[in-house]
Amino acid sequence: MNTNRFSVNKQNADVDTGRRTFLKVAATGSAGLTLGISLSAGAQSRAVADTALEYNAFVSITPDNAVRIYIKHLEMGQGVYTGLATCVAEELDADWAQIVCEHAPVDTAKYANLLMGQQGTGGSTAMANSFMQLRRAGAAARAMLVAAAAQRWQVPADDIKVSQGIVSHASHSATFGELAIDAARQTPPANDNLKLKTPDQFQLIGSESTLRKDVGKHNGTAIYTQDVQLPGMLTAVVAHAPRFGARVRSFDATAALARKGVHQVFEIDTGVAVVADDYWSATKGRELLQIEWDETRAETRSSETLLQQYRSLVETGGTIAEQHGNAVTTLTNASDTMELVFEFPYLAHAQMEPVNCVAQVSGNSAELWYGCQSATGDQMAVAQLLGARPQDVKINTVFAGGGFGRRANPMADYVLEAVRIARQVPDTAVKLVWSREDDMQGGFYRPAYAHKLSAALDSQGNPTAFRARIAGQSIMAGTSMAAMMVSNGIDNTSVEGLTEFAYDVPERQVELHTTDVGIPVQWWRSVGNTHTAFSKEVFIDALARKADIDPIEYRLSLLGNNPRETAVLKLAAEKAGWGTRELPEGWGRGVAVHTSFGSTVAEIAEVSVQGNNFKVERVVAVIDCGIAVNPGVIRAQVEGAIAYGLSAALQDELTLTDGVVDQSNFHNYQVLRMNAMPIVETHILPSTNAPSGVGEPGTPPIAPAVANALADATGQRLTRLPLRLA
Amino acid sequence: MSYTLKINGQNHELDVDGDMPLLWAVRDHLKFTGTKFGCGMAQCGACTLHIDGVATRSCVLPVADAVGKEITTIEGLASPAARAVQTAWVELQVPQCGYCQSGQVMSATALLEQNNAPSDADIDSAMSGNICRCGTYPRIKAGIKLAADQIKNAGGVA
Repeated sequence: MNTNRFSVNKQNADVDTGRRTFLKVAATGSAGLTLGISLSAGAQSRAVADTALEYNAFVSITPDNAVRIYIKHLEMGQGVYTGLATCVAEELDADWAQIVCEHAPVDTAKYANLLMGQQGTGGSTAMANSFMQLRRAGAAARAMLVAAAAQRWQVPADDIKVSQGIVSHASHSATFGELAIDAARQTPPANDNLKLKTPDQFQLIGSESTLRKDVGKHNGTAIYTQDVQLPGMLTAVVAHAPRFGARVRSFDATAALARKGVHQVFEIDTGVAVVADDYWSATKGRELLQIEWDETRAETRSSETLLQQYRSLVETGGTIAEQHGNAVTTLTNASDTMELVFEFPYLAHAQMEPVNCVAQVSGNSAELWYGCQSATGDQMAVAQLLGARPQDVKINTVFAGGGFGRRANPMADYVLEAVRIARQVPDTAVKLVWSREDDMQGGFYRPAYAHKLSAALDSQGNPTAFRARIAGQSIMAGTSMAAMMVSNGIDNTSVEGLTEFAYDVPERQVELHTTDVGIPVQWWRSVGNTHTAFSKEVFIDALARKADIDPIEYRLSLLGNNPRETAVLKLAAEKAGWGTRELPEGWGRGVAVHTSFGSTVAEIAEVSVQGNNFKVERVVAVIDCGIAVNPGVIRAQVEGAIAYGLSAALQDELTLTDGVVDQSNFHNYQVLRMNAMPIVETHILPSTNAPSGVGEPGTPPIAPAVANALADATGQRLTRLPLRLA
Repeated sequence: MSYTLKINGQNHELDVDGDMPLLWAVRDHLKFTGTKFGCGMAQCGACTLHIDGVATRSCVLPVADAVGKEITTIEGLASPAARAVQTAWVELQVPQCGYCQSGQVMSATALLEQNNAPSDADIDSAMSGNICRCGTYPRIKAGIKLAADQIKNAGGVA
């Protein structure tokens, strides 16, 4: 069985012929045709398994005994291949070794994210929206196998057993593959007739044994957008304006066109495209372009100017996002108060695979190959651009080399750029490649923000009123999602995490100043919680210290109405040895707890400090994400989420001078490397609740936990990211 | 201009500019796409391959300078150390998005071929040139240690 269908790349395989041949061979029960399917034009994700062997939208079983699971979410490192397959395999009683995953095609009717109403990956919803759907898909396929066996053996279906990929009854036994064709002809059972397992019957869900899915990421055979090879494919790069909002006034392509390997140079909406034989030729051609930019509408402010403005804004009242009681009056009349101002820089996603997309436009239709995250949105955007129907835009999803939010662009920015180029080179596949510099300077950043948090305190140091003011750009304004996410001038992603405050403070007010800036912004792993969890958890810590109460005790006393936060905090304290484990000289310890995407995470960081330098030595994390479908994936995600958030806590910072981005590559946009990675211990809180998010919730608590540990070690209360000791 | 590159034990004739980085010759012209493009300036390590057994960033190495050298890409990795590393990578589920992992495997293999019992500090020093934005660093470290143990148990030949 070939677990990675892209690993064998035979250029001569004609997919349509392959499909017909496959059916013929399948009918005789031969296997082996899963090999040799190329990723050529026309290949699509269900090239191997014909629809005749699809039991439902998610499961296909072929005579070669492969159980193919169509994954409706983009695999970008968050583990959906493993996690989602676990749900199907569990109810199907498949042998884990026979599971093959592949990305589902873009087909909103079949593969919508049930929490979004359209096909797409994001908001840490993959498991939450799929858990029951995929278990039903597995159970339905199992019922069809059992029905086929009952028919073949002439025995009652109720007496048939299924275990680890074998269907059996007394002396009869068959593999899934042996029943595949007969079973596929059975009428799929109605959802109401499906018997799902009870949690005590789970074999795979919650299993601590690592459910390995080797998809070629250890040996270079996994295929990403960058690796897609198509006959006659050309490579394109684009010269973008140095300032956001600028446009091409004029350009001279004479020298570029004279460069060996360069085919075409033309203007598109976003700049000047160079189409060439390969990436190197395209890049060299781009260097030879002479472009004059029209900067009439360009954003020319510096990030420091913007942050100065934000610091002033948070001194004044903003639009009210949430109000309980009369916090403002209580604050004005309080005898004791605390105020802290926080600052957050722009952040690039800096995923390892820079933005890219392969597109071919033929007449009114298009075919694309890339790590497609906003499936429905991208398909609609391309269809609109071409005047085509959505179904005329075929999208083949391949692995994404990280995303962290960047690949789900509400404007489909890079996808439309690829299509705009490809339609000028009709009937030819064109791979659009952004260099690292293009990617880092190409916008769609986590916005910069300033916050001011204020509390009125009673005589014991407990908050009686709390106010948060936030200033920064809206991620959603002006996008197709504004209608859903922005109401009464409040973009929920600007305030989430400070609204729905976890701590029991009777009077609360959250205010927002949405700023108008021409720098493109976008969500970044955990979205608004990237900044709101920091100010909230650092502020609470400062209140605890001011009251001279242990920071965990102080939090627990304010979390009486919040059993989940209470439980993860207590377990984290126990696992970290809070109050019992003695730290070496010069070390400090800090805690933070935050709920996002339906999951609650507490993290305790230990730091060592030497002068103005520090190292995060150890992090203990506890997550409550409902039923832990695949503990191995959950631990990996929490580790990764901590690393990603720690990178921003320690060094990520994108700045602009007069509208030009100062950083360009990893030499001046420093990210976390192995030598700065702490030991991470992740614990999963047992739960019987429905599964909730895992990819993002580990990120928000790490920066405040580290800042609080630094306060513990040095007494310095840092309120600006990245963290720098004075 | 025509260049002959010896990659994974086989000679390949290439008609490219001598200043083309080896990465693009390998990826775009010879279709060895396991070696990845991440930064183009030897900052991230995604393009790591072996030149005469030494982990090398191919994104800044001109093709002309690679002539006459033994070039090994991830597709050609075959040493006991490489097998131990790749086995450990699957065993410990090291990769997440996986895009940097070819480079990580190449750097880890080169490390173990020279030092089959690396300390934490040795690992940090050998691996800190390879960025992983998914944050798989703890598992990479554990993977290298597991591979080192396997090599030791097999008789110590990397």
